[in-house]
Amino acid sequence: MTLDVAIAHRIGPFHLDVAFQAPSRGVTALFGRSGSGKTSLVNTIAGLIRPERGHVRLDGRVFLDRAAGIELPVERRRIGYVFQDARLFPHMTVQANLAYGYRRVAEAERRIAMAAMIDLLDLGPFLDRRPRTLSGGERQRVALGRALLAQPRRLLMDEPLASLDGPRKAELLPYIERLSSELALPIVYVSHALDEVVRLADNMLLLEAGRVRAFGPVAEIVGQLGQGPLEAESEPGAVLQGHVLSHEPDFDLTHVALAGMRAPEGQMHIAALPHAPRTAIRLHVLARDVIVATARPTGLSVQNILPGNVREILPQAGPFALVAIDIGGQRLLARLTRQSVVRLGLTPGASVYALVKTAALARDGLGD
Amino acid sequence: MSPFPTPAEIEAIWLSLRVALIAVTLSLPFAIAVALLLARCHFWGRTLVDGLVHLPLVLPPVVVGYLLLLTFGARGPIGAWLDATFGFRLIFTAEGAALAAAVMAFPLMVRAIRLAIEAIDRGLEAAARTLGAGPFDRFCSITLPLMLPGILSATILAFAASLGELGATITFVSNIPGETRTLPLAIYTATQTPGGDAVAARLVTISFVLSLGALLLAEIVARRLSRMIGR
Repeated sequence: MTLDVAIAHRIGPFHLDVAFQAPSRGVTALFGRSGSGKTSLVNTIAGLIRPERGHVRLDGRVFLDRAAGIELPVERRRIGYVFQDARLFPHMTVQANLAYGYRRVAEAERRIAMAAMIDLLDLGPFLDRRPRTLSGGERQRVALGRALLAQPRRLLMDEPLASLDGPRKAELLPYIERLSSELALPIVYVSHALDEVVRLADNMLLLEAGRVRAFGPVAEIVGQLGQGPLEAESEPGAVLQGHVLSHEPDFDLTHVALAGMRAPEGQMHIAALPHAPRTAIRLHVLARDVIVATARPTGLSVQNILPGNVREILPQAGPFALVAIDIGGQRLLARLTRQSVVRLGLTPGASVYALVKTAALARDGLGD
Repeated sequence: MSPFPTPAEIEAIWLSLRVALIAVTLSLPFAIAVALLLARCHFWGRTLVDGLVHLPLVLPPVVVGYLLLLTFGARGPIGAWLDATFGFRLIFTAEGAALAAAVMAFPLMVRAIRLAIEAIDRGLEAAARTLGAGPFDRFCSITLPLMLPGILSATILAFAASLGELGATITFVSNIPGETRTLPLAIYTATQTPGGDAVAARLVTISFVLSLGALLLAEIVARRLSRMIGR
């Protein structure tokens, strides 16, 4: 059961030439800079663009096969699409917008109920209002509900947060997180913001100039960014997986237990998150935000002190090197000067402590 | 002379309103179809169709009237057929006056509707597609409602223009009191009659009020509708 895409298409001087198979569960992110072809790619999956060559299949259903001359029209694909600009129908109330796709699905096939969706997205107070009177974040919530109520087989989201400011992004994000887990609906999520991708996606496809540069689990791909063949893509960092342990409201902190480590050792303090305890989360830690010590330091303000072993040392251009550290089976990257590597005598296998400031993780949240 | 219109003048006013109403009602579906064709379809000869539709705007009205006479007159191909088949005559009748007014106002109508269609965000129709709406469904639920303010202001504009049609009407259906003498024709007749100045002045005032009233109505209705569709 996969979303199987292999297409080639030309739009003016731009060539889109992409092939991948995304699993039918969880969130798959299409990540890349503006102009890398992300929107063209989702439009092709939805059927809004007909590529010159190739095929699109979803869970065994053929949506498009240029060689065989098969093309299922958009309206019969049952693909939910949340556009960057919401595209709510201005002449209808929120209620009528929500019902638009719902009414067009046979009763027997309605798995997602109207009332449940209004509840999940907290849309109750807006039902009688016109889209014009809603804020950007509220509009996107309605667009999300409208797409889901059309009972889609897949949900495509094209940078749904891009047109929103920081607080509105933070407001909408938990809703998106909730629906991928609660509805068990596979999602294709387009974004150029790595933080969003790390927080939401299980797998990611790195798109550059219309081509696939990398495809795989988020932690694996993020760990390769900014080095080797992906030198030009973003900057080096790592994704640490864990779960919410508890909240410390007095200090606006959340305690996170890292996967593969015992409680006191692998605990991190990060800026408060809205998630309930036991919720699995991913943290994006940039290599430049990690400090390495050979002995457990004392008298420091840093609270996140993670014991581990040096796995390898990757020299970089200029004065720097990347030190890969094994933290309970997870890979963390630290960017140090080559001089420091020599001075501390870091070699593969050496026991070290990785220090990460809480502020560095907070900045990495969705504040931008 | 009394400031109140005579029964003959009241007849001219009613006739004008009737002629304009028939003209607008009958041409509206065609105007919508042609506007959609020009705004949405790319086909060979589109520029030619566009030009033909706009022709009455630039041709002398007398030429349009003459062409109507050649086509729909007693000996014209369509006119003779209508007379022979249905016993229906356009020449020298109010229906003929309505046809002349409709042809003259057609470009205005098409233009206004076309602008309304082109102002619709096509992304909304794409969104409707992803929600399972087929072409006809999409047209009825999204495109048509969003066109509505444009259609309404186009209709009222064409109505106002039809009220004032003179050249094509007088050439095609002549100037028969009670049958084809609409308001502008009555004014024309008054100016050609010795001592008709007072009558002309009265009718000009009425004509002025009617036209301005129609334009104001168009503006108000369009604004209301725009608010209703949430623009």
